[in-house]
Amino acid sequence: MAKTLMGLCMGLLIVSMAHAAIEVFPFADDQQRDRFQHLTELLRCPKCQNQTIGGSNSPIAQDMREQLFTLLQQGHSDQEVIDYMKARFGDYVVYQPPMRKDTWVLWWLPPLALLAGAIIILGLVWHKRRQSNAAAEVTSSPHEAQRAARLQQVLDRYADDKDIPS
Amino acid sequence: MRRLVLFIPLAIFLVLAVFFMRGLSLNPMERASTMIGQPLPEFSLKRLDAPHQVVTRDDLLGQVFLLNVWGSWCPSCYDEHEYIVAAAKAGVPVIGLNYKDTPEKAHEYLRKMGNPYQMNLQEPEGMRALAFDLGVYGAPETFLVDREGTIRYHLTGVVTETLLNETLLPEVRRWQKH
Repeated sequence: MAKTLMGLCMGLLIVSMAHAAIEVFPFADDQQRDRFQHLTELLRCPKCQNQTIGGSNSPIAQDMREQLFTLLQQGHSDQEVIDYMKARFGDYVVYQPPMRKDTWVLWWLPPLALLAGAIIILGLVWHKRRQSNAAAEVTSSPHEAQRAARLQQVLDRYADDKDIPS
Repeated sequence: MRRLVLFIPLAIFLVLAVFFMRGLSLNPMERASTMIGQPLPEFSLKRLDAPHQVVTRDDLLGQVFLLNVWGSWCPSCYDEHEYIVAAAKAGVPVIGLNYKDTPEKAHEYLRKMGNPYQMNLQEPEGMRALAFDLGVYGAPETFLVDREGTIRYHLTGVVTETLLNETLLPEVRRWQKH
């Protein structure tokens, strides 16, 4: 009995949750609907920690969706809509931070770190290569070549006279 | 010299650790307000106690006042109410913006908690007027508006005794002298 009741409650919860997310907007055309959906994914709900206004059921997200629809109906461009929301709710409302003096670290640190990493790796490779080149030069010195030739001679002779006792 | 190079990763780790330590003590709910220094937006809203009367921006100007966004549905508003009353008692004009509420519940709240407001404006559910233009995303929020109608201070969240005495009241006095 308790189980049935619990199931029923859960069911009702799911139904009410699904219901809350459904809103009907009479879009002018498919293009406007696509723009609306795109913008609801671009704009962040100011009340929530990390949800788009499209993914949140908070009252402010709902207000923002309705205002977004109104602005699109009035013929505002995507950028105008974003600026409109930014003017009210701040930079927080978009996921992409603005490029400003106080945000340059955010923008430039990753590429700079990548560049530094590339320089270090190139430096290491260059260092290694120089080392192995130097080693190769040692083996190809005249003295070393003579020794190699003599060794080869000894080996050849050994191969010819197999019956020489070792 | 070669030895020192080995300490570079440790140095990087320490710098990151300091950054993340600082991050732990930051409040993730805090937002920089875009409203400071901006003019109070234009609006025309009904009064709560006299619904036939419409109030506009110009009706409020001429005095330094606090604009307090509240609703009977908002638990934190009950917490801060005594300090709104204290602000009014200290002679600061407080205009209420009754947000996403119904007149019946709002009147009930004021009857129970006392009414410190010079007047209350209504912005019911579904309306996107003054509160929306102020970037209000919850209640309570409090704004300080100067004589010319410029927003000078914006608090998202609860007015506490400390905030009232150490920030709000001194700010009001400061702008009253201006």
